[in-house]
Amino acid sequence: MNETTPSTIAQKSNLERKIIRRERLSLIAKNKTFLVGAAILSFWIILAIFGNFIAPRGASDQDFEYVSVSPQWKFWFGTDANGQDVLSRVILGTRLIVVMAFTATALGTILGTALGLATGYFKGKFDMVIMRLVEAVSAIPVLIIALLAIAALEGRSPTLTVIVIGFVFTPNIGRTVRAAVLGESELEYVAAARLRTERTRHILFREILPNVLPPIIVEFTVRLGYAIFAIATLSFLGAGVEYGSPNWGSQIAENWGNIYSNIWWPTAFPALAIASLAVSVNLISDSLLEIFEL
Amino acid sequence: MKRFILQRLGLSVITVFLVCVIVFFLTRILPGDVARQYLGRGATEEDLIEFRRVFGLDQSLFSQLFTWIGHLLQGDMGESMQYRGPVSDLLLPAIGYSSKLAGVAFFIIVPFSIAGGVVAAMNRGKRVDRFITVGGLSAAVIPEFVWAIILVLLFGVTFQVFPVSAFPEEGARSLLNQIWHLVLPSISLLLVLFGYVARITRAGVIEALDSDYMRTAVLKGLTRRKAVVKHVLRNALLPTIAVIASQIPYLIGGLIAVEIVFNYPGFGTILKGAVDARDYSVLQAGVIISSLVIVSFQLIADILFALLNPRIRQKISE
Amino acid sequence: MSDTPALEFRNLEVAYTVRGIDREVLRNVSFSIAPGEAYGLVGESGCGKSTAAFAAMRYLPRNGKITGGSILFEGSDIVGMSSQDINNLRHSAISMVYQNPATALNPTIRIGDQVAEVFELQGLSKSDAYAHVEQALIKVQIADPAKVMRRYAHQLSGGMAQRVVIAMALASNPRLLVMDEPTTGLDATVEAEVLDLVRQLRKESGTAVLFISHNLGVIRHMCDRVGVLYAGALVEQGATEDIFSNPSHPYTVGLLRCIPRGGLHKNTDRLDTIPGTPPALGTHFDGCVFADRCALVEDKCRTTQPEMVTVGNSHVARCFHTDKAGSMPRAIDTVTVRVGQNPNRATTGTRLLDIDHLSKAFNQDGHVVHVVNDVSLQVGVGETLGLVGESGAGKTTIAKLILGLYGSDSGSHVVLDGKDLAGTLNKRDVKDVGAMQIVFQNPDQALNRRHSVTRIVGRAVQKLRGMSADDSTERAHELLSGMRVEATLHSARPVQLSGGLKQRVAISRAFAGAPQLVVCDEPTSALDVSVQATILNLLVDLQKQDGTSFIFISHDLGVVRYISDKIAVLYLGRVVEFGDSNRVFQGPHHPYTEALLSSVPNIDGSIRRRIPLTGVIPSPSNPPSGCVLHPRCPRMAGSGVEHLCTSIEPALTEVEPGHFMRCHIPLDQLRTVQTQ
Repeated sequence: MNETTPSTIAQKSNLERKIIRRERLSLIAKNKTFLVGAAILSFWIILAIFGNFIAPRGASDQDFEYVSVSPQWKFWFGTDANGQDVLSRVILGTRLIVVMAFTATALGTILGTALGLATGYFKGKFDMVIMRLVEAVSAIPVLIIALLAIAALEGRSPTLTVIVIGFVFTPNIGRTVRAAVLGESELEYVAAARLRTERTRHILFREILPNVLPPIIVEFTVRLGYAIFAIATLSFLGAGVEYGSPNWGSQIAENWGNIYSNIWWPTAFPALAIASLAVSVNLISDSLLEIFEL
Repeated sequence: MKRFILQRLGLSVITVFLVCVIVFFLTRILPGDVARQYLGRGATEEDLIEFRRVFGLDQSLFSQLFTWIGHLLQGDMGESMQYRGPVSDLLLPAIGYSSKLAGVAFFIIVPFSIAGGVVAAMNRGKRVDRFITVGGLSAAVIPEFVWAIILVLLFGVTFQVFPVSAFPEEGARSLLNQIWHLVLPSISLLLVLFGYVARITRAGVIEALDSDYMRTAVLKGLTRRKAVVKHVLRNALLPTIAVIASQIPYLIGGLIAVEIVFNYPGFGTILKGAVDARDYSVLQAGVIISSLVIVSFQLIADILFALLNPRIRQKISE
Repeated sequence: MSDTPALEFRNLEVAYTVRGIDREVLRNVSFSIAPGEAYGLVGESGCGKSTAAFAAMRYLPRNGKITGGSILFEGSDIVGMSSQDINNLRHSAISMVYQNPATALNPTIRIGDQVAEVFELQGLSKSDAYAHVEQALIKVQIADPAKVMRRYAHQLSGGMAQRVVIAMALASNPRLLVMDEPTTGLDATVEAEVLDLVRQLRKESGTAVLFISHNLGVIRHMCDRVGVLYAGALVEQGATEDIFSNPSHPYTVGLLRCIPRGGLHKNTDRLDTIPGTPPALGTHFDGCVFADRCALVEDKCRTTQPEMVTVGNSHVARCFHTDKAGSMPRAIDTVTVRVGQNPNRATTGTRLLDIDHLSKAFNQDGHVVHVVNDVSLQVGVGETLGLVGESGAGKTTIAKLILGLYGSDSGSHVVLDGKDLAGTLNKRDVKDVGAMQIVFQNPDQALNRRHSVTRIVGRAVQKLRGMSADDSTERAHELLSGMRVEATLHSARPVQLSGGLKQRVAISRAFAGAPQLVVCDEPTSALDVSVQATILNLLVDLQKQDGTSFIFISHDLGVVRYISDKIAVLYLGRVVEFGDSNRVFQGPHHPYTEALLSSVPNIDGSIRRRIPLTGVIPSPSNPPSGCVLHPRCPRMAGSGVEHLCTSIEPALTEVEPGHFMRCHIPLDQLRTVQTQ
């Protein structure tokens, strides 16, 4: 027996058990990385919800007297070549990317979990075939597949982008879930369930799933970061974007040429927004990875 | 051993074939008439028929697939829809350029990331470790184009250290100068790919450091440094090979945005142009080529892994 | 021979820092090992024995520190030594061998190179080192050293790997050898060989040995003096004979009492137990560490720490009541639980389970591997059938085949209470499924970590007995309380319970459907000895009350002998002997049984003549021709039937009423040869 860590806790009363659960949660709450990430993310979520009320101007409001002016009292983030207020556009673009990222990741996670459960538990030929397909899809860069799909679908809508990204994420999430399920299904409590005539559905959802939830949750947060990454890049490249929407990526795409003329603000602020949103999500997933020791 | 390689090769071929099928159907099966999409609203019926004939779109899906694959195997990538010239003329030079960029990037990324992972693992828990781990992964979620633009702003415009275009002008295209121009773009890619590779390397080193055989080495009387060099590194670096191969897709994907920002006539730029113009021939060919590259790297990584891991090597030679 | 002890711990205190708090792991431990002496440190989990071993090498984990006292090697304190000096000691004077030899060797470096490292550290050139490596491997009785030197760790069997590790340890000619559970996890016959090797090497080289184990039989067999550790404190110490014949600390007394020795049987004797569980590593105590579990406890035991009291010649014990320890009142627990009568229950003794021609072949990497070969067994009502055998015997596979977790090959029949059961689980009746259940070895994996204890047992009741959810919950509470799982713990999750408690929950679940037969697959192997006794008593009680039959699988022959009515000995997927437990243990035995029995070091100190088995257990994918034991059989030579042994596989025949053997050698001949 390994004696370098305290052995299993002996008999405990109800009260003491509650203390153990609180300890886990407090570990999360005390983790500096988590707190910083959660703070920044909360800020962005608030902006996403209340952006319409906070932004001083509309997304398409143009003021031709103030074209490409640098940050000043009237326009905190300056204006771009169309006379539009950068600050407002950044704020208003929040909801779009936040909602898209969450939805796409959620879609991918649900599909990936289903895939992982099925292949991890049933194995056999079904598993082999699916894994071959997954490998094939993994051999195509995520970005390229997304571009291809959006181009093929004449993508101009964010919904499409969300669906495409969700599907593209499914194989990788499926792989992670599959690995976890493979491990769990070897454990004897699954055999014990069969030995009391439990049906497959019960075993998958009531026995195995609760035990693979922690890695799934962590995977969700990791993928969320990549979703933000992908959505920003896709909108920068012009795919899946509605004309004129205050999309951070397309804001940069429209304005980045001007950095050579030292007009950095219409590019820098959306860029910083993307960076901080992505990093905040990443900090959260990092801290969770640490706590769950994955 | 030969049989193993052939087996893996066979699997790779299957994978590439599946990719072809997926890509093909993605562009054909999804709603929308290719010809109409391409030629736009103003197209006449004759134009549409002509277009379809030229690009074989009037045949059944399966025969299209097989004709296309047949051509591919002969090296014929078809005709570009926008330029009406061979796709290969468009893609091949671009691939050459991108290879240079990817090459430079690869030779910067691999040593840096591995070194980062090792340093983090050896200083577990200290500030250096947290900086590399958390910093690395945070940098990885920031899109390449954002990094590219920040780097251009900082080192190209504000402090003019590096050139802002990746493509040197006429007359200054010595090898050294080309590489110099590729430094900033490579760093954009490095920042995104560093984090994950360093993290996996770190995990591998830590696992080796915590292992029983490391304990044996120390208890034998080896100094810690000798023990690490002799026992830890060769075990720890095995998973690193696998993870580097897994990052090649992201490297290729990242090329697109980086090449655009740095004005580089590479594969990514061509692909972006093809997306904008709905040039399916170019798109298909492009995706297949990138998949070929990725699958080849995975094959090499698998073989390398098997060679270096005695357990697998022995199993194969039985 | 100098008087300075090879190793001395003086009032050593070691603590681990966990989440900012220092937890005491070794408390004021003092002992000394004379040059050439073998000193055994024995204790259960959490007692700190591994920590003591690593402290002797000054190799504590990152969060461990020495908070007091000193460790003297040949007179010099190693606590304050520089790392260079410690390294010198490690490659020239002190060596260590520990559990799990396979992971102790680097998987990507050849064996020869790894062993050569030790010699190179001593300054030898590479070629000289290799020559020495060959010598070292021969010394540990490795037959073909050159071949082994070119191999990698994963290609060696457990016993071979441990020999290599021992060779590495002895290569530096150490004056002190620290061995931490070196044979735990190895098969019985392999373990016996390795221990024999160690004894011989000790005799040749005169090395002092610090031998750490939880197995009292092994300790008795190997050591001159013994120290008993409990919760990080040395509670008793003395010459081996003295400790075992006159234990003077209540813990030692209790420990010796709860081990099922030869001669005890469930029908006539009940095992003693030590109530409670060993404390978690690092618990703080104001008084005696054992006070919470001691039958002789008084108030002062809880408040003051007892000093070491001299009981005999260099025999000391840390207790206020050393004189009363030997005659301590026995702690025998009785468990009352009505599992529920099955109305169709036949009378005890009649046939309950018939296993006929059970076979199973698996497909591994293209080879067909026959894991179970034509096994036929019977279990009566209210009877326990013990299954013994080493790795490759197929015991767990047989259990899974009987239960229907794997499908058996055609020709196999499992007949329960007259009914021929379907091959796989999903084709069986609910009633039949509930009639045969299993308790697994590892309760951490056998209980769903996310479910509460009540849910685990309640669900089983619900599915197997068709009760409503509410009724099942109530019944679950009944079962759990009956198995001495307190009501306050019923809503707990498994991770919050100790090993013994978890196993009780597993047993409650197995009994949820009022089974007629329960398979127990190494149910106590992962538990401490003091906890094991409670579980064994529990199983015996359940059998007495409800006439449940058991198939008890274990590698621990002492436990099997105690609890079984009949025994089947398995080798390479075949039954080689089957009969009453008395008959099988007393003899005449099958040659394999004989070798197996002789390899177990007895706790009562009696020395059985060792009948060694040469070679290693063959792989099931490539079994020997004729009798599968013949390449290793100790009784084949000179038996007169060698030609049969090598060509024809013997059938399982009834050599005496109720006693079956699979051997060509006639029973009388075996009897003569084995009683010489």
